[in-house]
Amino acid sequence: MGDGGNFLIVIALLPFIGALLPGLMIRAGRTACAIFTALPTALALTLVLILAPAVMRGEVIQAELEWLPQLGLSASFFLDGLGLLFAGMILGVGLLITLYARFYLSGEDPMGQFYTFLLLFQGAMLGIVLSDNILLLLIFWELTSLSSFLLIGYWKHLPEGRQGARIALAVTGGGGLAMIGGLLILGNIAGSYNLTDILRQGDAIRASEWYHLALVLILLGAFTKSAQFPFHFWLPHAMAAPTPVSAYLHSATMVKAGVFLMARMWPVLAGTEAWFYIVSTTGLITMILGAAIALFKDDLKALLAYSTVSHLGLLTMLLGFGTKLAAIVAVFHIINHLTFKAALFMTAGIIDHEAHTRDIKRLGGLRHLMPVTFVIGTIGALSMAGIPLFNGFLTKEMMLEEAAHTVWAGSHLALPVLATLGALLSVAYSFRFISHVFLGPVRDDYPHKPHDPPFGMWAAPALLVVLVIVIGILPAAIAGPLVAVAGGAVIGGGELPYYSLKIWHGITPALFMSVIAVAGGAIVLWLHRPLDRVWITAPRPEAKVIFDRLIAGSVTISRAITEGTHNGAISRYLAIFVVTSVLLGALAFAGGGLGAPTRELLPVPPIFAVGWIMLIVATLLVATLHRQRFQALVLIGIIGLMVSAGFVYLSAPDLALTQISVETVTIMLLLLALHFLPKTTPVESPVSLRLRDAVIAMTAGGGVAGLAYAFLLRDVGTISDYHLANSYEGGGGTNVVNVILVDFRGYDTYGEIIVLGIAGLIIFALMEALLDGPAARRLRNTDYSQNRSRDRHPLMMVVATRVMMPIAVVVGIYIFLRGHNQPGGGFVSGLVIAVALLMQYMASGFAWTQTRQRIEYHTMIGWGVIIAGLTGAGAWLAGKPFLTSSFTYVHLPPIEEFELATAMLFDLGVFLTVLGAVMLMLYSLSRIARYAGETVNVEPMDYDPADTIQVTKEEG
Amino acid sequence: MEVLVATAIGVLTAGGVYLLLRLRTFPVILGLALLSYAVNVFLFASGRFAIDMPPILSKYDTTSYTDPLPQALVLTAIVISFGMTAVLVMVALGAFLVADSDRIDGDDGDADDEGAAR
Repeated sequence: MGDGGNFLIVIALLPFIGALLPGLMIRAGRTACAIFTALPTALALTLVLILAPAVMRGEVIQAELEWLPQLGLSASFFLDGLGLLFAGMILGVGLLITLYARFYLSGEDPMGQFYTFLLLFQGAMLGIVLSDNILLLLIFWELTSLSSFLLIGYWKHLPEGRQGARIALAVTGGGGLAMIGGLLILGNIAGSYNLTDILRQGDAIRASEWYHLALVLILLGAFTKSAQFPFHFWLPHAMAAPTPVSAYLHSATMVKAGVFLMARMWPVLAGTEAWFYIVSTTGLITMILGAAIALFKDDLKALLAYSTVSHLGLLTMLLGFGTKLAAIVAVFHIINHLTFKAALFMTAGIIDHEAHTRDIKRLGGLRHLMPVTFVIGTIGALSMAGIPLFNGFLTKEMMLEEAAHTVWAGSHLALPVLATLGALLSVAYSFRFISHVFLGPVRDDYPHKPHDPPFGMWAAPALLVVLVIVIGILPAAIAGPLVAVAGGAVIGGGELPYYSLKIWHGITPALFMSVIAVAGGAIVLWLHRPLDRVWITAPRPEAKVIFDRLIAGSVTISRAITEGTHNGAISRYLAIFVVTSVLLGALAFAGGGLGAPTRELLPVPPIFAVGWIMLIVATLLVATLHRQRFQALVLIGIIGLMVSAGFVYLSAPDLALTQISVETVTIMLLLLALHFLPKTTPVESPVSLRLRDAVIAMTAGGGVAGLAYAFLLRDVGTISDYHLANSYEGGGGTNVVNVILVDFRGYDTYGEIIVLGIAGLIIFALMEALLDGPAARRLRNTDYSQNRSRDRHPLMMVVATRVMMPIAVVVGIYIFLRGHNQPGGGFVSGLVIAVALLMQYMASGFAWTQTRQRIEYHTMIGWGVIIAGLTGAGAWLAGKPFLTSSFTYVHLPPIEEFELATAMLFDLGVFLTVLGAVMLMLYSLSRIARYAGETVNVEPMDYDPADTIQVTKEEG
Repeated sequence: MEVLVATAIGVLTAGGVYLLLRLRTFPVILGLALLSYAVNVFLFASGRFAIDMPPILSKYDTTSYTDPLPQALVLTAIVISFGMTAVLVMVALGAFLVADSDRIDGDDGDADDEGAAR
């Protein structure tokens, strides 16, 4: 990747980085905001121009940043002739639009927002034309849909704007979804998602049996984006956008994305019958239909919108022909259409801005009032009509010439006649634009007296019409090289076919067709008034109505499904979930054959059998006696203890330690919560329902038991040998479980403590929110005194816990320190110390204990995560990956040689987080208790034998 | 031994699922607790069983050890399931305090039994 490649990545990034600027710079004024929008665009354009000479020589500039190579996803870009043409257009017109919008937008419009959206869109569009990876292209493709949604709906207060934006998003987004499928198939056939690789495999792709599906899906994407029939209806509705948006998105860039994609894929997809008939026919229909509707539209922008639809149809048709020459004509017409259509849109915007209306029926005679606008608009419209000396003429002639030589379904006449009809209508609406807006007498009923706008507003369209004329007169000199290199890129290398860009081709069929079109167009315009009446009375399907019905229908269906399945009864969802899981499990069981058992059954010692019986009985009792909530908790405690004992017996001391301490904390928490909850569960569900649930439960249980039994009797390959072999050498510890936690899989543990910390914080936040709302009132008004023990802080317990506290802390520290080599570690010791503290809280009351400890639990969680994270990051200093641990052995004379490992620091983080989270949870619960009217005791115990009897009397 | 553990997992699962399908928050929390036992033991069992072979490396003999990896995974699972239970308890408690009912399907048509507490 050379300099050029680096430039390419910078070009692709510039608009996105630049999008941050306008929002900030709007504070410095509107002009500054516009300048800072133009800056990244201009910079990117400069870089493109620096690369241009190389591309013009035929080089292809490439750049690649690997991202997810396993998925074939990398940020790779390339710039060839076609990319150069489009990048130039996007950035060049982007600059002009920035200038135009500065004057077009009024003071009330949030300009910073507008420019931000504009740059985002520009970046997305640029991404499409520069992407070398089709998955990346897809991402940018969807980004254009999203950013254009923002731009079309920019005037949020206008319902048409919001509606238009929604329609555009639904149609182009839907097409984008289809295209994802198409491009993935394409990538699969080609075996690579790189565009440059795919483009080399045209034959293989056309021969594939998946070709037609891929073609249809990709074309759906292209047709929706480029507003081809029957998806054309979104474009006119998108005209509710501010005119700069229409000029940019709907003449120069976004609607051309579909055309771009077809041109890009042309070497791979074109040339088959399917391509010819689908693409050229769609293009032809769109061209004629768009032109016909445009002729009868009274809204200036609607007229231009439908004419854009028509011209996009023309481009599509040309690409659909499948001949190299037609493809090159299409490339040339892209340039020409851009110049005159953007200028015309800006003209329409100027008229709207000055006369406060875009209704053609209310305009006319503007030639005298707005001479500059008149000149610009007329040149643009004449070019659109295809009048000689303007660039539109050149490509229209070439298009007609191509149509004259193309046979459609065996007919030599169909295409030439229909193409001429399209051209004729095009002439008619172009002439109408001139004569009904500018010509005729000056009226005295304009909503606002129009006059020419300031220079800044007409400068951009003026520049574009200068191009129209220059290209129109000297096509070969001005546009020739660009057309050659871009056309060469479209047809995929090889010889360029012979063509010549000039005004006079001699007496050709196309010339006759042109003459017919111009004359016919003039006649149609002359007959416009009666034709208009016929058009208005004629019944015609309104695409928007159909679209609205479709949307309404799908909303109804979705709602029916949602409300049918999500009726708010969570038990039902859970039942469905369990049953589905069981069925899936059964299906999996039925599918695969089960090999013969490879393991012997282990003998059952009596003590284990006793534990098993206790566990089973306790579980069954929980299920049957769960309505007595306190009893159920006790039974849960038994189950937890039995599970811990099982862990001890089955060589898992670490698990046993953790389970037993977690058990303690959980039961305490549930007990505390139960204080505020009902103590019994009422009988609600009928016997039949309970029976059904029992059947579901037993099926699930039986399935899981069967599965467990099946795999317990069979051996399986394990990766643990690596951990056992490297635990001491690599991790510096003999407790392999602990080494796995803090070293081998330290990243998991790091995530886990963060989750635990978050859980603690969630609980805290939940309590804060609760105690602000109606719950607080309810707590204050409920009398809990009957539930309270008379002897809240029993003497025996206070004394015992206070004696045990230092012992428990020492045990905790001991467990922590030995964790790396013996059972223990951060998790367990955090829990042990939490239990020790919890005992204090239970015995002496929360407030009393709280005043005696000065650590904030939030801070403790924070420190825990930070210490663990920093320890992990410390490995970077040694040039190793995150969380690589290191250790050393230290010998201080009086004590034995001991080990210092960074893993221990990490474990300290784990310890702090666990302790902080557990204590924060308890703290939150006790705050509820305080709200419920629990008093704060000053003394550690209610009854102090050292005091005299009077003190307690006063308290009572 | 394997039979006992497998049946224990099955019974814990069955109990957990049954409680999960109840209509009040507290039994559902208990059900989730039972289910977490079942899942933890199930995961632990995937390392197969060994007696008196804890994965603590010893200098003196080079006998085999039990599979340490499931243990490490289950250890964190135990702690995380505690965090999850705690959050659920708080949510349930909050819901009860706000709505004056601990039904989980939001249908408090028969909240009269709660009326006494008011």
